[in-house]
Amino acid sequence: MNLTNFRFEVDADGIALATWDMPDRSMNVITVAVMDELEQIVAKVAGDAAIKGCVVTSGKDTFSGGADLTMLEGLGRQLGAMAKSEGPGKAMKAFFDGSRRLTQIYRKLETSGKPWAAAINGACLGGAFELALACHYRVLADHDKARVGLPEIKIGLFPGAGGTQRVARLMPTGDALQMLFKGDQLRSRAAKSSNLVHELAPAGEVVAKAKAWIAGGGKGVAPWDMEGFKNPSGKVFSPAGMMIWPAANAIYRRETSDNYPAAKAILHAVYEGLQLPMDLALEVESRWFAKILRSKEAAAMIRSLFVSMGELNKGARRPTSVPPSNLKKVGVLGAGFMGAGIAYVSALAGLDVVLIDRDQESADRGKAYSEKLMTAQIAKGRAKTADRDALLARITATPDYGKLAGCDLVVEAVFEDRAVKAEATKKAEAALGKDAIFASNTSTLPITSLAEASRDATNFIGIHFFSPVEKMMLVEIIMGAKTGDRALAVALDFVRAIRKTPIVVNDTRGFYANRCVGNYIKEGHLMFMEGVPAAMIENAARMAGMPVGPLSLTDEVAIDLAWKVVQATKKDLGPAAVDPAQEKLLDELVNKAGRLGRKNGKGFYDYPEKGAKSLWPGLAALQPKKLDADSIDVQELKHRLLVVQAVEAARTVEEGVVTDPREADVGSILGFGFAPYTGGTLSYIDGMGAKAFVALADALAKKHGPRFTPPKLLREMAEKGETFYGRFGAGAKKAA
Amino acid sequence: MADAFIYDAVRTPRGRGKADGALHQVSTLGLATTALTAIRDRNRLDTKLVDDVVLGCVDPVGEAGGDIARAAALASGFSQCVPGIQINRFCASGLDAVNFASAQVMSGQQDMAIGGGVESMSRVGIGASGGAWPVDPAIAIPAYFMPQGVSADLIATKYGFSRDDADAYAVESQKRAAKAWEEKRFAKSIVPVRDPNGIALLDRDEHMRPSTDMQSLASLKPSFAMMGEQGGFNAVAIQAHPEVEKIIHVHHAGNSSGIVDGAAAVLIGNKEAGARAGLKPRARVRAFANIGSEPALMLTGPVDVTKKVLARAGMTISDIDLFEVNEAFASVVLRFMQAFDVDAAKVNPNGGAIALGHPLGATGAMILGTALDELERTGKSTALITLCIGAGMGTATIIERI
Repeated sequence: MNLTNFRFEVDADGIALATWDMPDRSMNVITVAVMDELEQIVAKVAGDAAIKGCVVTSGKDTFSGGADLTMLEGLGRQLGAMAKSEGPGKAMKAFFDGSRRLTQIYRKLETSGKPWAAAINGACLGGAFELALACHYRVLADHDKARVGLPEIKIGLFPGAGGTQRVARLMPTGDALQMLFKGDQLRSRAAKSSNLVHELAPAGEVVAKAKAWIAGGGKGVAPWDMEGFKNPSGKVFSPAGMMIWPAANAIYRRETSDNYPAAKAILHAVYEGLQLPMDLALEVESRWFAKILRSKEAAAMIRSLFVSMGELNKGARRPTSVPPSNLKKVGVLGAGFMGAGIAYVSALAGLDVVLIDRDQESADRGKAYSEKLMTAQIAKGRAKTADRDALLARITATPDYGKLAGCDLVVEAVFEDRAVKAEATKKAEAALGKDAIFASNTSTLPITSLAEASRDATNFIGIHFFSPVEKMMLVEIIMGAKTGDRALAVALDFVRAIRKTPIVVNDTRGFYANRCVGNYIKEGHLMFMEGVPAAMIENAARMAGMPVGPLSLTDEVAIDLAWKVVQATKKDLGPAAVDPAQEKLLDELVNKAGRLGRKNGKGFYDYPEKGAKSLWPGLAALQPKKLDADSIDVQELKHRLLVVQAVEAARTVEEGVVTDPREADVGSILGFGFAPYTGGTLSYIDGMGAKAFVALADALAKKHGPRFTPPKLLREMAEKGETFYGRFGAGAKKAA
Repeated sequence: MADAFIYDAVRTPRGRGKADGALHQVSTLGLATTALTAIRDRNRLDTKLVDDVVLGCVDPVGEAGGDIARAAALASGFSQCVPGIQINRFCASGLDAVNFASAQVMSGQQDMAIGGGVESMSRVGIGASGGAWPVDPAIAIPAYFMPQGVSADLIATKYGFSRDDADAYAVESQKRAAKAWEEKRFAKSIVPVRDPNGIALLDRDEHMRPSTDMQSLASLKPSFAMMGEQGGFNAVAIQAHPEVEKIIHVHHAGNSSGIVDGAAAVLIGNKEAGARAGLKPRARVRAFANIGSEPALMLTGPVDVTKKVLARAGMTISDIDLFEVNEAFASVVLRFMQAFDVDAAKVNPNGGAIALGHPLGATGAMILGTALDELERTGKSTALITLCIGAGMGTATIIERI
């Protein structure tokens, strides 16, 4: 055998050990070369009478994270090329065969006649866990970092190397479907109690235990290949099956609005597979896998949620000329909800924090937020009391700006008022060293103008957090006209330190995220004033893939804030910049009905102290007219809610606010939950094709107004048949 | 085209569909033969004249499986030349069986046929035959599958029927059924089910609760709330009809159709066949229709199919004197009356399945007989019989007295 990714040795008892240990990689990953070698190993073990059985383990700290996603992308490219050269039928067959190579190797392993045992020393996920599942025995390390799981669903795929079939034969159907749907990773004890592994052992003993199982006469036959095997939940068509499947189908729709083909494919594969013997079941799984592999949802989700997010997290936009900043101490101005959250995530990252507010009491209140969050973590068993104490010790709550001395970075999160912000800037800079970077967390005011209050606009930048800070993974970094490379580098280093994902945008009113979100909210308001039932607006939004309906979102951000934004927009840009219908609605709600949103328990929804929120019955009276629900095209509502955001995203690209499609996409998903199955605002357009998108947007503009009118850039792209990723290129570069 | 005449209609009483129900000891075959032998004997019918026996059965498995219609014809001592076929269109199967028999007569391919249905829900069990629709993701998901009770609650929510509306309807059904029995309005069609010695096992509908009132119903908990929430079906309902914020669960055992056992048979023939058998026609089958309706609402098919059958017959809703709308759930009938703005007095005047029960495969043929009896009793002319159907369908038949 010619192996570079595995070490293969046979001990005196005739038990082989295949140690997966890829050179030049910190983690094992399934590549074409790995498959080639695994195939050789399987053939060797099966064919060599002197070998009694084989243990598979890893030479790394972890077992493996699974398949190389770029390899899967490569299959798609081959399909396209071959379809041109040899016709679509032949190409599809070749694609199908190629996409199921791994499942066939695993099946050969499972039916080799020799016992195989997986010695899982650490995290073992995706295709790697499917390898373990194909082994006849699994020993898992019992340490804290050991995990097994099939997380493929999170990037629009599903376990297509036998995972759906073997899990559904090890666990009751309902539990199996839940595990596959959620893509959860199980810790060692849960894996054992779920019947996914046979034995737990200290990491140093997993190989010995696995060998002992083989030496002790472990059989090389999977349970499902034995005569009389019964699925844990019995037959699909049985009284038990009737309890499981109708609900599983319904829950799929509840959780996905039928937008995620990979999740549906899991249902298909398990439903059909459980009615077949294993070889045919695997074939059916492969058929669905090949289909999902070709889906635009998988392509978009892999690109945005895996490739692009990884690149942005690694600092794709960081100026390489600036040496790494060694952040130790940060200041946070304003200990309100945002400031308190920023202080918490900074302290959590091990930074010393000076949290400032106008008096000691206010500053302390901000710090108390960290205490509350840590206490909740302790209650959930995710932190220890000592962690809380250490974290709180890193936060200095004070009204004294002088304490900011020595801070590398200050994040200002005071009231959204120019004068207040200017004063805070001046006071802080008085105490800061001249190299310190000053960042504003403003969500509305242009950075360039705020920078005028600073002694050095090159060191002034926007770092825009989303609420609640500790939960929202996106940070929007805003470059003012004069912001320098060092400020950007420090801001990116800070975001990396607090383990969030940054996007870098140029200065404009609302920056990137809030422009899209503002349009989304406004569209909901306009639909309401057209007479669309409030529930239908909210449901259509969720069915389009948004996490929260536009009316509910208005309640969350506060209706009076929306009213203020409309007034400010009117003042700054003139009355034509606001829609009178929206203004009237907000006026009625805020100024006449006193409905401010969730904060006063009265918004579009009522918020009872106990129980779930429900739409305010008085809403209907605010609608100038009411449409018959059955006459409304729900698909059009869904289109409006997504297109109005995507078209705004396209405008930000045209204006140069967003320069990299990866940032628009990742930012839209992490920042405001833009329908993840689309891959984000620009991938939504790319996935549909610029031409189709422009046609859709034009049709909506004709019917509903110029807010849908596509920018010139899109028309040009439509004419040339371009995509954002093709034209703006940065995302074309693929990383492993 | 030949006319299809109704020469007679019989039904068994409906036995409570549980182990303690009076018909639980009677097999599906036994129920079907009770109806077939009755229609033969009371008409002194030479069964050689019968070209086919069409029986509806919704869960045709086990003792009800394998073409129960042929088995029943043979077991009833019909001539061996009488074939049988079992059909299934869920809850309308019994009416569809009558329509199929009529269609064969109208087309001239047969002279006389029996349509009917049978269901022993206590012995076979609802859902026993399985099926792809609720289970296979390839159909359950695109068809917005949900249990019928959740669909019925969706209808109530969408069209604004409250729990009180549904309960009041149920109380009225019980009252009307009790009065109908009191006045012996069902006497013409009922044939008791007997044991081998001729002892009557049941001669009266067993499911009725005439003492039902708003208070007694108020104590019942909604049957489909937990299923709707935990099974994910409320979300399915809302995605199909997104103007609905939340499903209001109004249905329970007291305002939904009862689970019962029973069978029915209707004798259909052309003019000549009737004359050969020495029978006088009681009514004519004027028109019938089938339709697929919105599958999530599932049970609004009676509205769609009534429009269709009226159009086919060149009639309007006001041409109908009497409606039998199967009371699968209160909201089904409430929606029917709302959609056509018909007088409640004309709809199910002798109660319906809420009081009497709904032996799935048989009900359609039973309520056709009930409508015929009522037309004769009141001297009226035209009746429309319709049922809602699983997976979103409707069947309707218009009959008129001769």
